[in-house]
Amino acid sequence: MVRVTFTANLERHLSVPAADVEGATVREVLDAVFAINEPLRSYVLDDQGALRKHVNVFVSGTQVRDRGDLSDAVRGDADVYVMQALSGG
Amino acid sequence: MSDRIFAATRKGLFTIERRGGGRWEVSATEFLGDNLSLISVDPRDGTLYAAQDLGHYGTKFQRSDDGGGSFTEVGKPTYPEKPEGLEDRDAAGKEVPWNCEKIWAFAAGGDDEPGALWCGTIPGGLFRSNDRGDNWTLVESLWNEPRRKQWFGGGADMPGIHSICVDPRDSKHVALGISCGGVWVTRDRGETWDCRADGMRAAYMPPEQAFDPVIQDPHCVVQCRSAPDVLWAQHHNGIFRTTNGCEQWTEIESAQPSSFGFAVAVHPNDPDTAWFVPAIKDEARYPVDGQVVVTRTRDGGKSFEVLREGLPQQHAYDLTFRHALDVDGDGERLVFGTTTGSLWVSEDQGDQWHPVSHHLPPIHSVTFA
Repeated sequence: MVRVTFTANLERHLSVPAADVEGATVREVLDAVFAINEPLRSYVLDDQGALRKHVNVFVSGTQVRDRGDLSDAVRGDADVYVMQALSGG
Repeated sequence: MSDRIFAATRKGLFTIERRGGGRWEVSATEFLGDNLSLISVDPRDGTLYAAQDLGHYGTKFQRSDDGGGSFTEVGKPTYPEKPEGLEDRDAAGKEVPWNCEKIWAFAAGGDDEPGALWCGTIPGGLFRSNDRGDNWTLVESLWNEPRRKQWFGGGADMPGIHSICVDPRDSKHVALGISCGGVWVTRDRGETWDCRADGMRAAYMPPEQAFDPVIQDPHCVVQCRSAPDVLWAQHHNGIFRTTNGCEQWTEIESAQPSSFGFAVAVHPNDPDTAWFVPAIKDEARYPVDGQVVVTRTRDGGKSFEVLREGLPQQHAYDLTFRHALDVDGDGERLVFGTTTGSLWVSEDQGDQWHPVSHHLPPIHSVTFA
């Protein structure tokens, strides 16, 4: 299982408990989270499904590079962190 | 008369209420720390709608059914998936993002269409809800209009719809103010559109394009409730008025100390009475001589009074944005807020102004409720 953890800053707006989900790419992992927390989707992704400009995602310590298609690979035991970027603040 | 005001600011929503002795004061706060682009009331049922512009997490819509006591997040205008390979560029050649960058205009539908709402956004999409904001649909007839490619950003990088005027006589008749895209009108509830900005003049374009309706920059467009064929526009380089439902606009050149600004309010029962909050001009966006004033016409723009009683007349650099001036339903009380965080109220059509605060965050939008 992949553990997905969200910046505590999001808690000001909605509930975002850490989630354990399956998925082989960032897209699959996030879709699995949104399946159990749909309101979260628009906080993380823009209208076209890309990562929001000022949101960063880290997979096992590495910041994801494909912010549009979210195709970066995720290993089965990875930790994924969804963070608020310093930019945009 | 309205005894309550809401102010949407860079850092939260403020409720301001009239207390004993005619003293207005902040009575409640909501969304502290959040950037709010708009606050509006549906006059049909009193529902309050607030638009958030969260720097990291995008635009959101909040609805309150109890007068601002509590809010619930509702649906947000969301652009459809952009077709693969489609090139969509504005007049300046910039790629138009199919993404709701800002919620910039809100209007309730007519009395005959309960629950219907309109919403204008940057980068230029108009949205419609039929269920009080739970779900929004892009009005594709306007988005797919070929002349949209002639629009461009004014202030913001992308064009945007900031004004929506629903004709109180006919809810299918709607006029939009667009920066920079002129004034667009539908008479069939958004099935077809036409640009109706004839007579507007753009000083920022080459002379041969100055009167092109599609590139005009009306900063704010308002409609008189009792005489809906009369609309006023505070434009990028002047004041314009139409008395025939946008068929022809006429420039009003008599306003002093300046005809530049963003906001305009029209008396709901007198189409000849309107208020403006001027600044010097586009490249110097602060009050003339550092003196905050409101200008008022009572004769359709033939003449203006300069109202300054109660307003700072030395070293004041307040700027009032397009949604930050409002008149109440009786046309007696006015409120305006500024980028400096000042907010004033008048109870006599602007003759005298009373300060409520000089320490609020930058104010984007105000409304009586």
